[in-house]
Amino acid sequence: MKLSLYVNGTLCHSEIAPGTTLLEFLRGKGLMGAKAGCDTGSCGLCTVWVDEVPILSCTYPAARAQGKHVTTIEGMRQQAALLGRYLAENGSEQCGYCSPGLIMTVLALEKEHPAATDAEISAYLAGNLCRCSGYAGQLAGIRAYLNRGKGALE
Amino acid sequence: MKTVNRPCPKKDAEALTTGVPAYTEDLIPPGSLCIKLLRSPHAHAKILSVDKRAALAVPGVVCVLTHADLPAARCTYAGQCAPESSPLDRYILEDRVRYVGDPVAIVAAETEQAAALAVRRLRVEYEVLPAVLDYEKALDAPVVIHPEADYCNRVAIGGDPRRNLLCSHSAAYGDVEEALARCDVVLEDTFHTQAAAHAMMETFRSFSYYDYQGRLTIVTSTQVPFHIRRIAAEALGLPPSKVRVIKPRVGGGFGAKQSIVSELLTAAVTFATGRPAYLIFTRRESFTASNSRHEMRLQVKVGATKDGIIRAIELYALANGGAYGEQSYPTSLLVGHKTIPLYAHAAFRHRADFVYTNTLPGGACRGFGATQGCFAVETMVNRIADAIGMDPAVLRLRNIPHPGDTMPAYFGDVLLSSGLDRCIQTGKERFNWDQRRFRREVAPGKVRAAGMAITMQGSGVPMKDVCCATLTLNDTGFYSLQIGATDIGTGCDTILAQMAAEVLSCRLDQITVDGVDTAHSPYDKGSYASSTTYVTGQAVLRAARQLREQLLDEAARRLEIPRCRAELNEQGVCDRENPEKALSLSALSGQLVLRPDCHYLTATAEHCCTYSAPPFMAGFAEVEVDLFTGAVTVTDFLGVVDCGTVINPALAATQAQGGILQGIGMALYEEVSRSSSGALRENSFLQYKIPARPDAPPIHVAFEPDWEPTGPFGAKSIGEVVINTPCPAIAEAVRQATGVSCSSLPITAEAVWRGIQRLSKE
Repeated sequence: MKLSLYVNGTLCHSEIAPGTTLLEFLRGKGLMGAKAGCDTGSCGLCTVWVDEVPILSCTYPAARAQGKHVTTIEGMRQQAALLGRYLAENGSEQCGYCSPGLIMTVLALEKEHPAATDAEISAYLAGNLCRCSGYAGQLAGIRAYLNRGKGALE
Repeated sequence: MKTVNRPCPKKDAEALTTGVPAYTEDLIPPGSLCIKLLRSPHAHAKILSVDKRAALAVPGVVCVLTHADLPAARCTYAGQCAPESSPLDRYILEDRVRYVGDPVAIVAAETEQAAALAVRRLRVEYEVLPAVLDYEKALDAPVVIHPEADYCNRVAIGGDPRRNLLCSHSAAYGDVEEALARCDVVLEDTFHTQAAAHAMMETFRSFSYYDYQGRLTIVTSTQVPFHIRRIAAEALGLPPSKVRVIKPRVGGGFGAKQSIVSELLTAAVTFATGRPAYLIFTRRESFTASNSRHEMRLQVKVGATKDGIIRAIELYALANGGAYGEQSYPTSLLVGHKTIPLYAHAAFRHRADFVYTNTLPGGACRGFGATQGCFAVETMVNRIADAIGMDPAVLRLRNIPHPGDTMPAYFGDVLLSSGLDRCIQTGKERFNWDQRRFRREVAPGKVRAAGMAITMQGSGVPMKDVCCATLTLNDTGFYSLQIGATDIGTGCDTILAQMAAEVLSCRLDQITVDGVDTAHSPYDKGSYASSTTYVTGQAVLRAARQLREQLLDEAARRLEIPRCRAELNEQGVCDRENPEKALSLSALSGQLVLRPDCHYLTATAEHCCTYSAPPFMAGFAEVEVDLFTGAVTVTDFLGVVDCGTVINPALAATQAQGGILQGIGMALYEEVSRSSSGALRENSFLQYKIPARPDAPPIHVAFEPDWEPTGPFGAKSIGEVVINTPCPAIAEAVRQATGVSCSSLPITAEAVWRGIQRLSKE
């Protein structure tokens, strides 16, 4: 079937098999940032945005994105690098496998709840699993990122 | 120190956080065949026939491989130094399957859809055999799991496959009976720990191809590239020079990737077809068809005198090795040898028997048996403290070994460094232990209390682990560090570069780090047994010192100054007494490489540890228990760690926090069960609950380093020691809060609720 959608601002026309997930479609385009981690929509590694809303691309049919705007971490490189530096200050990206999905979710959180409390951050990111970090350093990094420009390190 | 003991961000941080293609799956060459596996639905069966015809007829299918198509060379999948202590008990594929999930056939096709369809079209005739699913009943069972004639041990490990006995280890010191007779309190109990999953975020995966030199090249998410090169050559019958292993960035391992899991299945397809091929395990396969922590039943008897001195420890462990014996023997050693030495005055008797069953194989898992032993021994010590009315932290202080002490339970080694006493004292103060440890009601039906435990681990496998490093000054004035150590996300590339930068008085960004490609990297046994900082670090330190000496010699000669006046800094080399007189690093390196009087400066050094320096930790947990439901929530955790000099405090703290949360998951959430046919029930993140962000309590980490004379810059390890204390500390906190003694993991709400009901009836 034919699919037309915007990927990181660029209009793409593709021929896809009907069952293709958005994650398969994006990785097939060479966008390797989003990862598959669980196959059941439970780990958050595959998070990308569809029309600015974070979704799990491993369970999102590519066909559903017809005409929509898909944003991946490759399209958010500058913001991702900045947030990534805050995570890396605490060494909390560790293996990094969950980082792109986590970062896409945090960037969505920032737009939705720029003044989120720690508990709100944890709840918003509940679907982004990480086995390495214990989350504490990530929370500190996210906190510092959201507080940047408020006298915190830039 | 300028670079060591600084929280430098990881060198790969920007790439990983911006989604740069860096992991195995990101790098698969276009046109590679997709591999899917047919796995056994039976726990134990003989394969009588495999009808491939319908599968091969699926358009796009390129090959279907069964046991009949592959070399029959017994090997082990355990990534260990040769000679391996794990039995040679596997073929890549065999006409016998030994657990639900054991691979039966390999299908490779042009597309994933074709491969999946062909797997469904395979027709297999099995002779289903009786299975041993309960490890308590495995020893001397009528069903023998490894009856094969070519079963082989390269190292004597006390096993007997005819009895389903995989390995057995025992050790003793002192007169246990006499010591027990002198004790005022003797307590005994039996504990059970589950076959927890590693659950790293990147599942097992690899791809393979022939490189231009005709080498079968395996790119894989592994902890042990050099062991895979050796074992793959043996298993496929190739000359070792014809196998190459490349490790890209790895999405976590925790020991799971210390075994071969996907690699030989992938390589077999390239071997058979000559085509590049890839195999990506689904999460379900990752849970059900790889390896797990060894499930154990531990019987512990501990005796103490009323002054709080532990006089005797008896520890017997029966462990489920599963269908294949990967890493069972080293795990058997750690159960007692990394728990009992903490009690310096104890006579002890320790035995661990590992048995074969028709279940998922056990394997290396962070903590490596010490985690299981720590739960049992530390829980018993907490109960002893309670029985004699002593603060368990104070009791520990009366028993722990001190530097200079010989540790009979630690292979008779003399302890060289320990900050454990300070870990306990600092933990007591920072946790407000004296107040918080007692039960208090915080809301109607909700009570809080705290528990603690101590632990030790090792740093590397002594007399076996060899690690090498090569440092080079390049022609254009920067250094390159080549290592065979495998960064699996822990940051060892960065930590090792920090050590080199410290010696070479340069910035971290003046050193590039490359690993691992067995065609280019110096040998390293791989990243396991908490060894990278401690063992590879020493090799890096030596190489850096050699390179520094060479550099200063050459620079002094070229600057025409006495050697003692040459000073190395990040710009280059200058005359200490006349800093104007200097050679920049780029000028010097140009002279050294690009002129007839060239001298290419490179140093390779190696290190084999002869002692495994133990890191220590004291862990303190506070829990809240809902008395109506039995639900346990950890409300606060503090870990105080002596890992020697902390090379990178940010990465060490993250290792600690991650390990502690993994331990909390094992203590409270991560349940494992099997169906009556032996299938693992918890085969996705929907059933197997690893802690998510809202589950994570505040986890605080502090360091009480003691200088370790055998470690680089005084460092020891941190990767594993951090996972051990949550289970016993939480069990004790629950007991303090409710009176319920939990001896089985995970500590579920149901178990606590039942315990509360039982106590209320008594």
